[in-house]
Parts: sequence; structure tokens; C-alpha cells
Amino acid sequence: MIQTNSDAIIRLFHIHKRYGKSFALKDVTLDISKNEFLFVTGRSGAGKTTLLKLLYLGEPVSEGQVLIDGMNLSRIGRSRIPLLRRKFGIIFQDYKLIPTKTVYENVALVLEAAGRKPRLIDKKVRSVLRTVGMEDRMSALPQSLSGGEQQRVAVARAAVGDPKIILADEPTGSLDEEAAGIIMDYLDAFHARGTTVIVATHDKALLQRSTSRVVHLRDGQLWSNESA
Amino acid sequence: MKRFFKRAINDIKENRFLTAITVVTIALSILIASAFALFFVNAGDLLTQWQKGIRMMVYLKPSTSEAARLDTKFRLQSIAGVQEAVYISKEEAMDRLKGQMPNHSALLENLKENPLPDAFEVTLQAAARDSAELQFLSERIQTLTAVEEVEYGRQWIQRFTNIINLFSIAGYGIGALFFMATVFIVANTIRLVLYSRRDEIEIMRLVGATDRFIKIPFYLEGMIQGGLGTLIGLAVLYVGYFSLSSHFQPSLASGLLTLRFFPATICLLIIVSGTLVGWLGCWISLKQFLK
Repeated sequence: MIQTNSDAIIRLFHIHKRYGKSFALKDVTLDISKNEFLFVTGRSGAGKTTLLKLLYLGEPVSEGQVLIDGMNLSRIGRSRIPLLRRKFGIIFQDYKLIPTKTVYENVALVLEAAGRKPRLIDKKVRSVLRTVGMEDRMSALPQSLSGGEQQRVAVARAAVGDPKIILADEPTGSLDEEAAGIIMDYLDAFHARGTTVIVATHDKALLQRSTSRVVHLRDGQLWSNESA
Repeated sequence: MKRFFKRAINDIKENRFLTAITVVTIALSILIASAFALFFVNAGDLLTQWQKGIRMMVYLKPSTSEAARLDTKFRLQSIAGVQEAVYISKEEAMDRLKGQMPNHSALLENLKENPLPDAFEVTLQAAARDSAELQFLSERIQTLTAVEEVEYGRQWIQRFTNIINLFSIAGYGIGALFFMATVFIVANTIRLVLYSRRDEIEIMRLVGATDRFIKIPFYLEGMIQGGLGTLIGLAVLYVGYFSLSSHFQPSLASGLLTLRFFPATICLLIIVSGTLVGWLGCWISLKQFLK
């Protein structure tokens, strides 16, 4: 039985994740509060991406329980997975933009999938693209954008649905220092508006610019849980 | 729905090549299956037309008296299924034969005795024109005392009916095969589209799209492809029918047979079926892909 913590929006309780016989995560217990900015660090293969995937049911847990904003993921039906995912805005290292759709369409997709009205979609998409400085490139296709620009579109897509939680998996992994700084500024801005932000990264430079809590994963185990 | 339709049209534009393959495949399948169906429709017409002309010749025994002949006529006309019984004396029969064989009239003139029997030419009601009914009637008439023989081309009718039945069974079989093949091809083409767009579908799911949101445009695509392919298949069939019928119609018209295309309702039914085939192919693929 998990004890309730009214401040936690995410609760991981003795989580194990196995791929065959090898463990990607071992006995991870972690609470993440509402409006927290959390870094998850560790080397490649430490289990950072797996941890994030368990949160939006990109992968099922092997053992343990995950609670997201009151939803117990081990009891969630297939039909409710989209509702769970709408609580998240997800930023991927490889951006995951749809190459055949324009910047505008990529961002609008989130609201279309949520069944929002066209007028609202247009208003919100323009607004968020303005925020990330991509308003002038709305009609461009992703392949015509630089890496930094593509990641800004990915940030816009993650933020457009006003999610409760933003998950960023190595958001600056393939960006130069300046572009990385811009992306982190946007994440700070969304955090300042009340969004919970979780950043998985192995970039120590990112940690140095922040005072947020850092959890460290090593070989699938939570190694340390501290403020930066 | 408008939004889904717009997405489906965009998807079709983005996957022109695969869409074209699907549409052409459906068009060919519909063309072949419909060509068979059209053949059966016209062969059926031919059979019906031919059956209308069926006469039964009831030959009387040589010694039949006038009274027996009148009695036989009365009895024939009272049998259910008989429309009319017209008496043809052997003299009249000989005149007819001479008329039909003008080049051999001298041969017929030299006959010492008229070998033809007196007869009744029996026309039949529509309900009595099928093979089994004819057989029954023939046996019934045969029991009349004055009747020597009944003739109605039984073997021809039986053979023609058998051929039509065989073609019908083959037609249903071929139709079913084409239906399955078309569904299979559509399903595989849609699967190719799905694989080529699996990243896009995965991204949609990650941003919270429901299966319904992902599926509906694909269903619409499948239905558009099915409908379009069927329209093209029918159009090609009509062009083929038109050129064939204009070529053969003058010679067929003398035999009172008119070639015809499918009526509008059947065309509509074929288009709806083709559209459903597109939907079904899509349904099968999506069911497997989005497991």
C-alpha cells in the first residue's frame, strides 16, 4: 500500500524494470513534487530513459507501482493511456518531429489529438511558437531547420498542451552550448509557470547552472538524491 | 470529421505511389469480377430469351381419329403450364418443311407417302419453361392415349442449363477469390503505408492521440481507395462493354437478344462493395499494427 503524499505528482514505489534477465532499473523509489524541477543524471545505460518511459507508459514496469497525478499506472486501461500522456509534454533527444509535417502542424498535432477546436489550436500554437522564437518558421519542414531550431519546436510541442509535467530526455545532448542554454531557459520558464519539469541528462554543465534537485542513477539503481 | 477527411486526403497525397498501386489493384480486381458478372447477366438473358421460344411438339399416332384429336387438344389445353396447343396436320407440316428446305423440295415431292405425323405445337406459360417442369409436362403429355411422342429439345435445354449453372458456381468461386485477394492486397498496401509511417504513428501516440484519432484517417483512405478503384474498374468495363456491344449488337439483334450493362442500382452496389473492401483491408491491417 502506497502512502499518499499530497505534494507528490509522481510516485515511484520499489520499481523494477527487466529486459529478459538483465535489470534496467532496480528497486527505485522516488517522489517528485508538483512544480519541482528535477534532474535525473547518470551515464549512458544507467536507466534514465527507461525511468522516463515508465512514467508515460512507453514501457510497462516489471515490478512496483507508479502513480502519476493520482493515476495508478498498473491499473490503467489501454483506453486511458492517451489521457495519461496528455498530462505530459515530452522532449526527446532526437526531437521526434514528423518530417512530412510543418513546424505548425507538428505542434498543432498535440491539440488536435486532444480534440481541441481549430480556433483554439491556432491561437495556442502561434502563441507557443512565438514564445520559443519559431513563429517565423511555422511553414518550414523539420529537415530545413537546424538542430537547435528543431529542439525549440520539440519544446513548443511539449508545452502547447499546458501539460502538468514536462519530461526532457537529453534535451541538449546534440546541441551546442548556446542552443542548449536557450532550451534550458525555456524549460525554466515553463517551470516558473507551475509545470513540473524532469530533465534526464549526463551533461554536468546543465547541473551547474541550476539549484534544483538531482537524482543519480547508476546501473539502474538510485544512487543519490540531493540538491545540486 | 472534416479534419479527419482533410488528414486522409493529405496522407493520400503524401503516399501517391502506394495509393496508386492500391487503386489500380482494386480497379483490376473489380474489372475482372464485374466482367464475369456481366457475362452471367447477359448469358442469363440469353437463356430467358431462348426459353420464351420453347415449343413442345406433340406427335400423334398415325391412326388417331378426328374425335381423339379434338379430345387430345382439349386435354392438352387443360394441363397446367400449357398456354396453347395448335394443331398441325401432316400436310401442313410437309408444307412447312418444304418452305424451310427450298433446295430439296424436289426430293420431298418424290415421296410416295407423307412420312410426317399429325402433331400439336404446344406453347408454354413462363412458369413451365424450366428444365424440370418441361420434363414433368412432357411425361404427363406422353400418357395421353393418342400421343406417340413428345419432343422439345430436352438435351439442349439440359446442357445449356448445366453450362449456366457451372458458370454460376465458377463465377461465385472466382468472385469470392477476387474479393479475398483484393482485401489481402489492400490490407498489405495499407500495412506498407503504416510501416512507412510507424514513427509518425508512434509520435502521435506519445503526444496522447487515441487509437481512434490515428485510425479514422486510415479508414477513410481505405474507403476512398476502394471507391476510386471500383469506379475506375467499372468505367473500364463500361468502355469495353460499349465497344463490344456496338460491334456485336447488329448481329445479335436479329436473334432478339440485346446486350445490356449493369443497372444503376447494381453499379451502386458494386461501388459500395468496393468501398467496403477498402475499409475491410484497412481494418485488418490496423488491427494487427496497433495491437
